[in-house]
Amino acid sequence: MALIGSLRRSLRREPPTPAPQAVADAQRPTKPTLEAGPQVDIAAADPLLAYLQSAPGPVVLASLELDSPAVRDLREAGIALVVPLVSQGELIGTLNLGPRLSEQEYSTDDRRLLASLATQAAPAVRVAELVQERAGEIQARERLEQEMRVATLIQQQFLPHELPNLPDWQVAAYYGPARAVGGDFYDFIELPDGRIGIVVGDVTDKGVPAALIMARTQSVLRGEAPRLMSPGAVLQRANEILLPEMPARMFVTCLYLVLEPSTGRVVYANAGHLPPYVRTVDGVVELRATGMPLGLLPGMAYEEKEATIDPRQSVLLYSDGVVEAHGPEGEMFGFPRLRELMAHELPSSELLNHLLEELHEFVGRSWDQEDDITLVALERTGGGDFALLSEPDPAGAEAADRRLLLSLSLPGEPGNERTAMNRVAEAVAPLGLETARLERLKTAVSEAAMNAIEYGSQNDPTIPVEVAAWVAGADLVVSITDRGLSGPIPDAEQPNLEAKLAGEQKPRGWGLFLIKNMVDAMEVVTEGTAQTVILTLHLKGVDDAGPQV
Amino acid sequence: MPDRRFEADVRVEASLAVVVLTGDIDREAESGLAEAYVASGEVGVILLDFSAVGYINSTGIALIVRFLADGRRDRREIRACGLSPHYAEIFELTRLSDYMRIFDDAASATAPAGETTGGRA
Repeated sequence: MALIGSLRRSLRREPPTPAPQAVADAQRPTKPTLEAGPQVDIAAADPLLAYLQSAPGPVVLASLELDSPAVRDLREAGIALVVPLVSQGELIGTLNLGPRLSEQEYSTDDRRLLASLATQAAPAVRVAELVQERAGEIQARERLEQEMRVATLIQQQFLPHELPNLPDWQVAAYYGPARAVGGDFYDFIELPDGRIGIVVGDVTDKGVPAALIMARTQSVLRGEAPRLMSPGAVLQRANEILLPEMPARMFVTCLYLVLEPSTGRVVYANAGHLPPYVRTVDGVVELRATGMPLGLLPGMAYEEKEATIDPRQSVLLYSDGVVEAHGPEGEMFGFPRLRELMAHELPSSELLNHLLEELHEFVGRSWDQEDDITLVALERTGGGDFALLSEPDPAGAEAADRRLLLSLSLPGEPGNERTAMNRVAEAVAPLGLETARLERLKTAVSEAAMNAIEYGSQNDPTIPVEVAAWVAGADLVVSITDRGLSGPIPDAEQPNLEAKLAGEQKPRGWGLFLIKNMVDAMEVVTEGTAQTVILTLHLKGVDDAGPQV
Repeated sequence: MPDRRFEADVRVEASLAVVVLTGDIDREAESGLAEAYVASGEVGVILLDFSAVGYINSTGIALIVRFLADGRRDRREIRACGLSPHYAEIFELTRLSDYMRIFDDAASATAPAGETTGGRA
C-alpha cells in the first residue's frame, strides 16, 4: 500500500503539449511556468510496476512495448518519460515528465541527468516517508496514552476512598489495575437497615469505554441497592437499566452480596461473576448462585441465596485477573492455587498480602499484568477492626484503638502529590493539629507522595500510589505506598549544601531529608515489591519545638 | 481554586534587584527562576520576595539552591523576605539561611545599612 501511496503522490507531470499561446510564450526568452499534471492511479498488479522496478533508467513511453493499462493512461495524460525512483530495491515512486517544451526528444544527456537525479531523490523520498509514518505512529501512541490516563482517572474516581468500619469484622481490599486499563470495580454500599452491600464486578473490554461502563454500573447499583435491598432484585433492575445502554460486545459480570454485620448473615446474587470463597472450619467452599452477566439479555432473573459467616470465617471476593494471571512459562495461576491459599487462616489484610506475594512469586519479575486484579476480603473477628493493605501489622493491643481517617488511591502522575497533601490535610482537620505541625505534616506527605510517584510509579498514571491516614492510640499515622519500580528507598541523609553550592553535587536530593525532619518518626516498610513510607506524628505531650536540626 | 502558576517579577533598583515570586515553587518554576536571575542584570544584591508564595517543595528548594549557587559564582548577595513561618523553618533546616540573609519583609531587606529592622538575619 505504501508503494501505491508513493506513486500517487509522484504521478504528476508538467503540462503536455503547450497551448498555442503558451508555445508562443515559451519561444520568447521568458521562464516557462510549471504546474502539476493530472494524477494517474496505477493498479498494484500492473506490469508497469515490475518493469520500472528493474528498469536501468528513465523509460521513454513512446517506445515501450508493454501490455499495461497504466502505460495507456500515462500516454493519454501526456506523459513522455517516466523516471523510476528506486530505494533499496523497492520502487517508491516515479518522476513523470511530459514532452520537452522545445518539442525535441529527451537526449541521452537529459536521461543521464534524470537518472542521476532519481538516484539521489529516491532515498530522500523514502526517508521523508519513514519520518511521516513515524510521526503518525507517535501521534497514535499519544492518543492511546491520553485515553489510558482518562480511563484511569475515571476508575480511580469511582473506587471507594475508604473501607467500611464494621464492628466485629475486618475488611481489606486491593485493586491493582493492569497497564491497559480494564473495567474492574468494587464498592461498599451502606443500606438503610444497617446492612452493607458489597460489590465486585468486571466490565469486558478495556480503556475508556470499559471505564465509563464501570462508572455507570456502579452508579446504577448505588442508586438501586438502598431502594430494592434484595440482591437478586438489584441485579435484575440493573440489567434492565444497563441493557439498552450497553455497547455491542460489552457486558458486566457482578457479584452483589449483602452482609448483616451483627449476625454474619449474607444474602447474595451473582451476574456471571466468579463465586466468592468462604473459609470455614471444614475447608474452603464457594458461594454459588446463577445469573447472566448484566447487559446481555432482557428479562433476566437472578437466583438469590443465603449463608452465614461464623466467627473466624473469611470471605474472599475476587476478579478473574487473579486466576488468569500467567507465569513465565504461560501457565495460569488458577483456581486450585487460589483456593489453597484461601485455606490459610490469616487475618484479612494478611490474607491479601499473602495472596499478592504468592501471585508475584508465581508470575515472576518480568510480569506484564494483563488484566485488573481486585480482591476484597472480609473476616468475622471477635473484636471490631478494619485493616488497610498497606498499614503496618495491625495485630496486638494497638489494633483495638485504631481509627481510619483516609484511604485513597491516586494515579502515579506528577502533581498528585498536591492531591495527597490536601486530602490528608482535610482528613486530619478534626484532630485540630497546631498550624506548624499541620504544615510540617503536609510537607512530609507531599514529599513522600512525590517520591512515590516519581520513583515508585515512574510517573506512570496507571501505576497508583496509595495513601492512608489513621489514628493509632496517641499517634497520627500516614502511610504512602508505591510499587517500588525504582528499587528500595535509600536512607535519609543530610544533604551537603556546600558541595551543591559549589556545583560539585546536583542541587536536588532534599526530599527524604525534609520528610524525616518534618515528622516525629519515619519508617520504610517493604512488602513484596511494594514500599510504604510510614509517617508518625505524636498527638499528645508534644510541644511545638520544631524539627531537630 | 487559587491560581498556583509560578511567576517572577523582576524590578532592578540601583544596586539591588527585587524578584517578587508568586505561586508555587516546584518543578514548573525552573525556567522562571533562571530567567529571573538573568533579568536581575549585574546588580550586587538580589532580594527574593516570597510573600506571595504558597508552596515550596524539595524541587523548589533545589531551584533556590541553584539560584544561590549562581549568585555565589557571580559574587552577588542573595537575600530573602516574606517567608511564612513554615518555610522560614525549612530554610533554617536546610541551612539555606546560612547563605542568604532572611528578612521579614521587602522594606527591611532593602533599607540602607544600619536601618534594617525586624529581620532574622
